[in-house]
Amino acid sequence: MALKDITLGQFFPGNSFIHRLDPRSKIIFTVLFIVIIFLCKDLVSYGLVLASLLVLVGISKVEPKVFVKGMKPVVFIVVCTAILNLFYTDGNVLWSLGFLKITEEGLWKAFFMVLRILMLICSTLLLTYTTSPILLTDGLERLLRPLKKVGFPVHELSMMMSIALRFIPTLIQETDKIINAQKARGADFDSGNLMQKAKALIPILIPLFISSFRRAEELAIAMECRCYHGDEGRTSFRQLRLHGRDWAFMTFTILLLAAVCVLRYFGL
Amino acid sequence: MEPIIEIKNLTHIYSPKTPFEHKALDNVDLTIYRGEYLGIIGRTGSGKSTLIQHLNGLMKPSSGQILFEGKDIWGSKAMTHDIRYQVGLVFQYPEYQLFEETVYKDIAYGPRNMKLSEEEVDRRVRQAAKFAGLSDAVLERSPFELSGGQKRRVAIAGVIAMEPKVLILDEPTAGLDPAGAAEILENIEAYRKSNNATIIFVSHSMEDVARITDRLVVISKGTLPYVGTPHEVFSHGEDLDKLGLAVPAMNRVFSRVHAMGVDIDPAVYTVEQAKAAFLEAFRRKERV
Ligand SMILES: Nc1ncnc2c1ncn2[C@@H]1O[C@H](COP(=O)(O)OP(=O)(O)OP(=O)(O)O)[C@@H](O)[C@H]1O
Ligand SMILES: [Mg+2]
Repeated sequence: MALKDITLGQFFPGNSFIHRLDPRSKIIFTVLFIVIIFLCKDLVSYGLVLASLLVLVGISKVEPKVFVKGMKPVVFIVVCTAILNLFYTDGNVLWSLGFLKITEEGLWKAFFMVLRILMLICSTLLLTYTTSPILLTDGLERLLRPLKKVGFPVHELSMMMSIALRFIPTLIQETDKIINAQKARGADFDSGNLMQKAKALIPILIPLFISSFRRAEELAIAMECRCYHGDEGRTSFRQLRLHGRDWAFMTFTILLLAAVCVLRYFGL
Repeated sequence: MEPIIEIKNLTHIYSPKTPFEHKALDNVDLTIYRGEYLGIIGRTGSGKSTLIQHLNGLMKPSSGQILFEGKDIWGSKAMTHDIRYQVGLVFQYPEYQLFEETVYKDIAYGPRNMKLSEEEVDRRVRQAAKFAGLSDAVLERSPFELSGGQKRRVAIAGVIAMEPKVLILDEPTAGLDPAGAAEILENIEAYRKSNNATIIFVSHSMEDVARITDRLVVISKGTLPYVGTPHEVFSHGEDLDKLGLAVPAMNRVFSRVHAMGVDIDPAVYTVEQAKAAFLEAFRRKERV
């Protein structure tokens, strides 16, 4: 079933070094890593960054196959970027045919762009694969807490996020169930023109909407029954604590950032 | 008896080759006969729903075969499509699949997908509604303003309207009051009688199933340890208890008494049988 194969944003439980890190250090790493990727300019820094990413993926003990699968949705973007960069960069012409030309600079640029996008996706996948959604939102809430001073609804936002994340698998399951139930009554989702295909979705969407509203209402009531009234005076069951490994991991991240900066602004 | 569905070496693995890999069915063999009333019982997570979704081609076996009237249901595309109409499947909590504006249209969804003529669709909808105990007045109402029990009946009628040769019901009485449940059981029996249909009734409650079915299949962790008449299955009362199945109270008493060394039928599961068993045991004693 295609729906079940969505891995983007999925969590793979484990007990590796990466899994045990505090979610905050992983979030900070992911943000800084994106900066690092965009600071890279030369082969050496790309090599360095790629190598560290691969090592981290290795340490996480999540199967590399899963990462490859998670990157599939962006293949189209990657290919487009590669083609655009390949043909539309001026410089030392290597090959040309009519108005099409490939330059040495274009080749390098295309290569680096592809590498950038793939590393970007890979690093975010590393975060979501090794951090449970609940820890992820807890971490985000803690990191964003200073923004509350300026009236930003940090708690509400993170509560909405954790509920949404919590219900994605449920909704997928529900959708699967409804699809199967309608298939059992002979529903056909694959044949016909676009109009007919769109119409075939109605028997799925209506029950899905109805059950989502029902669920939302039930959840709201259940939360109120347990005296949920927002952020005020709320304590947390899971106390986030930074351990030695978190400091080590963040030091590593900063060092990587520094190295890439040095390479970018001072050369070798 | 003539076989209608044959399950051969059926294995189903969820999410193969991932950390979530789970073998829900393990080498299952079972033959289902035309016109029989078969009960499938097993505790939560034992693989009941997984098994029945293989019977109408909603799930593809990881390995093994399902034959319908002797033909592999995955043998040809036409067969895989057709099997949905031959083997009707009513899901657990089927009321959540209703979507049309009126009950009539919702019941007609299946027959319309079969590309039947309007008159035939009309005939089937009215017939199915009758089987499910729905009055003509209900047919014109919106399914969303009905009670839970009525919705359940509409959903069952939606499958019956396809006039399947095999009707599978996954916990059709879950969450209904005893009177509502009894009515639905009667409706199902009426459909079986009039169409000589095979009924497969899935449940985790032995008490219900034992009373109404001809043959019982016990499923546990994806295997079928016991298959036979309710009487045969309940002669393993103690083992069923160990598998975590809620054995009827009467059966628990009798298998315990039998285990204590009393010469009495251990497979008893209803009050009537209990009475008969007692009388027989006393008679035997008097004779001695
Ligand atoms: N989509 C799925 N992905 C992975 N595992 C699944 C999936 N669906 C079911 N399972 C697992 O397969 C096993 C059998 O599930 P199944 O739904 O067939 O149980 P069941 O006997 O119908 O239970 P219940 O009485 O609760 O309906 C369970 O252990 C379940 O966790
Ligand atoms: Mg089930």
